[in-house]
Amino acid sequence: MKKRNTLGAALIATLLAANGAMAEELSIVCSNEQDWCDLMTSAFTEKTGIDVSMVRKSTGETLAQVRAEAGNPKIDVWWGGTGDPHLIAAAEGLTQPSGVDTSELLGWAQKLADISGGRTIGIHLGVLGIAYNDDVLKEKGITPPACWKDLADPMYKGEIQVANPNSSGTAYTELATLVQVFGEDEAFKLLREIGKNVNQYTKSGSAPSKAAARGETGISIGFEHDMVKLAKKGFPLKIVSPCEGTGYEVGGVSIISGTKHLDAAKKFVEFALSAEAQSLGPQVGVYNVPSNKNATLPPEAPDPSTIKLIDYDFATYGSTETRERLLKRWDEEVKDAGN
Amino acid sequence: MKRIIFQWIAVGLAGFCLLPWYMVDGGFWSFGWITDPASPENAPALLQILLHGRWWLAGALLALLAAALVQLLVKPPVRAARLTAAVAALGLGWTTLQGLVIVRHGPRILKDLLAGTAAEQGQIGFGAGAAVTLLGLLFVLTTAISGMGKGRGDAFVTGMIGLIVSLVGVFVFYPVAHILISAFQTSAGAFEPGLFIPRFFSADIWGIGCLVGQGSCGPAINSLMLAIAAGVGTTALGLAFALIFTRTNFAAKPLLRVLTVIPIITPPFVIGLALILLFGRAGAATALFSDLFGIEKSRWLYSFWGIYIAQLLSFTPIAFLVLIGVVEGVSPSMEEASQTLNANRWQTFRYVSLPLMRPGLAAAFLLGFIESLADFGNPLVLGGNFNVLSTEIYFSIVGAVANPARAATLAIVLLVLTLGAFLAQRRWVGTKSYATVTGKADSGAHVALSRGVKWACYLTALPWAAFTAIVYSMIIFGSFAKLWGYDNSFTLEHYIRAFGMKLKNGALKLTGVAWDSYFTTLEIASIAAPLTALVGLATAYLLVRQNFRGKDAFEFSTMLSFAIPGTVIGVSYVLAFNFPPIELTGTALILIIVFVFRNMPVGVRGGIAAMSQLDKSLDEASITLGANSFTTVRRVIAPLMGPAMVAALTYSFVRAITSVSAVIFLYTAKHNMATTFIVGRVENGDYGLAIAYSAVLIVTMLAVIMATQFLFGRRRLRRENRIEPVAAGRA
Repeated sequence: MKKRNTLGAALIATLLAANGAMAEELSIVCSNEQDWCDLMTSAFTEKTGIDVSMVRKSTGETLAQVRAEAGNPKIDVWWGGTGDPHLIAAAEGLTQPSGVDTSELLGWAQKLADISGGRTIGIHLGVLGIAYNDDVLKEKGITPPACWKDLADPMYKGEIQVANPNSSGTAYTELATLVQVFGEDEAFKLLREIGKNVNQYTKSGSAPSKAAARGETGISIGFEHDMVKLAKKGFPLKIVSPCEGTGYEVGGVSIISGTKHLDAAKKFVEFALSAEAQSLGPQVGVYNVPSNKNATLPPEAPDPSTIKLIDYDFATYGSTETRERLLKRWDEEVKDAGN
Repeated sequence: MKRIIFQWIAVGLAGFCLLPWYMVDGGFWSFGWITDPASPENAPALLQILLHGRWWLAGALLALLAAALVQLLVKPPVRAARLTAAVAALGLGWTTLQGLVIVRHGPRILKDLLAGTAAEQGQIGFGAGAAVTLLGLLFVLTTAISGMGKGRGDAFVTGMIGLIVSLVGVFVFYPVAHILISAFQTSAGAFEPGLFIPRFFSADIWGIGCLVGQGSCGPAINSLMLAIAAGVGTTALGLAFALIFTRTNFAAKPLLRVLTVIPIITPPFVIGLALILLFGRAGAATALFSDLFGIEKSRWLYSFWGIYIAQLLSFTPIAFLVLIGVVEGVSPSMEEASQTLNANRWQTFRYVSLPLMRPGLAAAFLLGFIESLADFGNPLVLGGNFNVLSTEIYFSIVGAVANPARAATLAIVLLVLTLGAFLAQRRWVGTKSYATVTGKADSGAHVALSRGVKWACYLTALPWAAFTAIVYSMIIFGSFAKLWGYDNSFTLEHYIRAFGMKLKNGALKLTGVAWDSYFTTLEIASIAAPLTALVGLATAYLLVRQNFRGKDAFEFSTMLSFAIPGTVIGVSYVLAFNFPPIELTGTALILIIVFVFRNMPVGVRGGIAAMSQLDKSLDEASITLGANSFTTVRRVIAPLMGPAMVAALTYSFVRAITSVSAVIFLYTAKHNMATTFIVGRVENGDYGLAIAYSAVLIVTMLAVIMATQFLFGRRRLRRENRIEPVAAGRA
């Protein structure tokens, strides 16, 4: 019997370790790229002296976690990632208004704050675009596309890769963009035609451009800052901003409802919106457009003045109702059109 | 009996009166609570009742005292045991109930009844005091049950059953119920069980379009086909490897051993990436075949076949680990008897050895089947438009449109498939005896394989080993290439970024970005592995050696956590353990627990397979000589379980390091895990760093596995473990 007590004791010891430490520091989930997350953490701590524990998770994972933890959040601030999940979190009351001054920000960043009642504020803008692998297209002897409509051309059969809007926010932005550019019926007709050329609807939004970079597919649709990054690494990737005009995402920053470190959280939001912080991005290969008017624009970033940007309607296309309707229609009309 | 009950009553009382009942800030081991032991946060339950008006905690105390009184006053032993069991059960039930009812914001139900009491201020999660008290009560209960004559009156056996049932209940059923319930709810959260049937039988899930030549199949059908193929394939390959190891004089066994183990110690998507670089449309092998034979470059890899190859690579080693112990354990005396009766080597293998390996084959198949069902990384990377349940579930939870009801329904489909496979393998193994390690002497020389079988093994296993070797050289190569696949010039940059260190003022400074997560991962994995092996083998012992009511249900419940995809487990852990009564999110413990309960089925399966070979007469001899069950386990069974123990230890250690999906919701900045770090880098397109990190992890794990093997791996079943010389083989 002595032995069993030892076993019991070991077990008790393990259970006791349950009372893990909860130190006083700001807990941030970062949905940007890892290097960018690390740089911001150290820059913020250096400036304010507030300890930060930052962890990187994708927007979908973060939203799922914030939902599951509602009422007793372990996260204080959610920084980065597309605006849509931030807007959903705002609509579900999972985040709270930060009341931070937005006067230095560009119009689209303020708009995100207006739509969400101040619960999420725009930090950067990412333009939707088309990328193609120069080597692959040359080898096959096909000309690169310049417009959305070009993608329907049968010569691209089996060469286009794009994400599935049911799982990817990037692909939903594309769907909503086409609907706004062409009108709903026309957009779905185009999507069906493009669908005949699509070799795979990937789960993740950034996968198509990675596949295009490696030549696994000829053409991809996604965000241009991801493509710039891959091209800068040395892949033969060329970027096209479609001639009919294109949509964009606005990345957000939100404070989680019920945070125990509200003051520190506000300080972080202020910092994330400052020109000082936003000018750091290019150091670690962040090529999207910063939201602060005074932040320096990286030379590699797609210059908004040369791209035909549509006036993306986040309020309508971010709403659950529109989203469900468009996705249902996509499932019915587009999903299997290629097969 | 009395003495043990009093011991556990004392443990329970100590927990109740001395240790802080609730979770304390800064953690138990900081001992900050000692300085202020009477505050509402730090007080033990006794003081909570007396000073802070938390009268509802008294249930446990009353139960413990009542149990003591019963033991002192009631004379007839069976009646005393029955009464003690009843009060202990009441105490446990009450304590659990109060924890579930009164949460952070006060009572959840009975608000009117509890109005005006301290309950309105709510309470936080269970701490050390509660854990010890509950444990004391639990063992009082199980000891009393053994006193009623259950479990052959063996307190050790009933205690173990009670403990494992409670652990599985708390850490598997309780969290999983949180998420499965949404299959029966409307999107607004109202309970409506009628919704389940149409959801479950939806054509979206069960569509068989691909079989009849129209469109694509539903994820359930795809998963099922894939899982059956993977189960059969991994078992066959595993058997071939196991036979080569134990029954041939193959020269390069150590090399082969390494090759068979490496795939399980590889972070999952790494294999997928290597396959793309080899066989993708722009892959090296594809280009070669295109140049040589003019085969058109295509995207065939992104389909069933790509996932299947990756899964065979990943899961064959599990089958091998399970089977090698079993193949080794088949007693030569049976084979000798067969040969004495004039059977040739093929007949001996076919009609004696192979049937004796049945439990092992069944276990290997079941593990391959379940692993394939729950596999997430490979389908994600290679799936193309081939949808399987695990990825569908993941994106139902984290996708652009979150649909918990669909996720829960798909998870239930997955469980149904698992249950089916489980029952089928039970039927196939049947109730025959497979005991061959009997304690009786035998010659110790295994019969060599017949020529046909031997070559069949060589021809299956060796090309496969070569293929594995190629895939892994690709990976090693990738970690030194500047831009894998495009700019293949040599560089050490990735390793320096990940694992750089500097000498500064005579002290070594670790500057690499990966060190932090590397050490955390190793620490958590090395705590989780022995616990997993312990829980797994203890469960196996109960299942094989003990008889009790509800054994089948118990067995299946231990398989449950393995069959549920990691994502579901991860989310359900957050849902269940972020709130009182058990608050674990943000701690390292939740990671350890999730690993222990997710990987314990491997320990269970391997243990069952190995234990069914040990003849019961060994236990009986030990018991006859006056040993109790505990001593028998320790002195007789455990030493014969070497390989099973190694398999369980190795596997759980490795899985704790390589699993991704379960920890994605659970890791924090303080407890960052290697895989999530790697996945983040891959998402960032930073393959070089990811691969370099994976390579370091692979080498680390390999070293650990070799050490484990060396320390625990050898068991002496018979005087010699050798293969009968081929020349002496009878015709």
